[in-house]
Amino acid sequence: MGEVIVVTSGKGGVGKTTTTANVGTGLAKLGKSVVLIDMDIGLRNLDVVMGLENRIVYNLVDVIEQKCKVNQAFIKVKGFNNFYLLPCAQTRDKTSVTPEQMKTLTDMLKKEFDYCLLDCPAGIEQGFKNAIAGADRALVVTTPEVSAVRDADRIIGLLDANEVKRYDLIVNRLRPDMVKRGEMMSAEDVLDVLSIDLIGIVPDDENIVISTNTGVPLVGSDSLAGKAFQNICLRVTGEEVPFLDLNKKQGFFSRIFGKK
Amino acid sequence: MGFLFGKRKNKSASSAKNRLQFVLYSEHQGLPPETLEKIKSEFITVITKYVDVDTENLDVKITPDGAIQANIPILEKKGRRV
Repeated sequence: MGEVIVVTSGKGGVGKTTTTANVGTGLAKLGKSVVLIDMDIGLRNLDVVMGLENRIVYNLVDVIEQKCKVNQAFIKVKGFNNFYLLPCAQTRDKTSVTPEQMKTLTDMLKKEFDYCLLDCPAGIEQGFKNAIAGADRALVVTTPEVSAVRDADRIIGLLDANEVKRYDLIVNRLRPDMVKRGEMMSAEDVLDVLSIDLIGIVPDDENIVISTNTGVPLVGSDSLAGKAFQNICLRVTGEEVPFLDLNKKQGFFSRIFGKK
Repeated sequence: MGFLFGKRKNKSASSAKNRLQFVLYSEHQGLPPETLEKIKSEFITVITKYVDVDTENLDVKITPDGAIQANIPILEKKGRRV
């Protein structure tokens, strides 16, 4: 039996879709069977971030409305044997799907796949409820900013209230230079504020923009963000991986988290 | 870690963290910030019945584990700090 993981944040623009694309691709590179589901009905983006926008025929709402079989809506990711995207509808809205329907779908998919990753829309309304309905665990994405951390706190409360008992935090777009100057909260500061375990720190890296431009996730590449996402994937599978030293000159992170 | 926090005093990151801890605590407890301010001022009123305190330098804050931590410097009768 596989695992259904929802990638969520509350606040928009913190990197949910980028995280879903990279963690999904990273898990597939580890040989896992993976399906990504874009839950942001009406504002789909996971397809472009994955570079699959030209291959969409059917979508999630078609599957739910039984206009096609789930396999027909899958877009196979090139270069992998068992890695698919289930895109969402662009011309419908969040009320086209119910939490019960989503739970039924993910319960079925986790029998076939090692991992089913859901890219949750921003907000805490219907789209969020749909995305968490069948989730076994969550990756909560935040940036080290007050607004994103406050929203992450709210999301953690809602996950608890909705029986999603396992969740881990990804601190995205961290700038070690600013942390060093005391002008940005460190991952440790964020953890002091939120009651959650840390599963990854992704540095702010221009390579993310470049990878999104081309539609090829950078997980596993030589860039710092690529390595950080790779480590998150390993931790998702249960492996213990030390945190990256994002500031080698000063040894800042190594002092906190222990050297590699 | 002390060396880090020392350096960060009065920088925007520590202000962000303190503000977040305050706002999240009041949200979790259903206590609006005004109520916490009231608790703080009544607290001071009670203490000043017995000793003079340095109201300019007192610090009342909420710790991450949800305790109210007060650092209230006591003034000597002549107004000099002990």
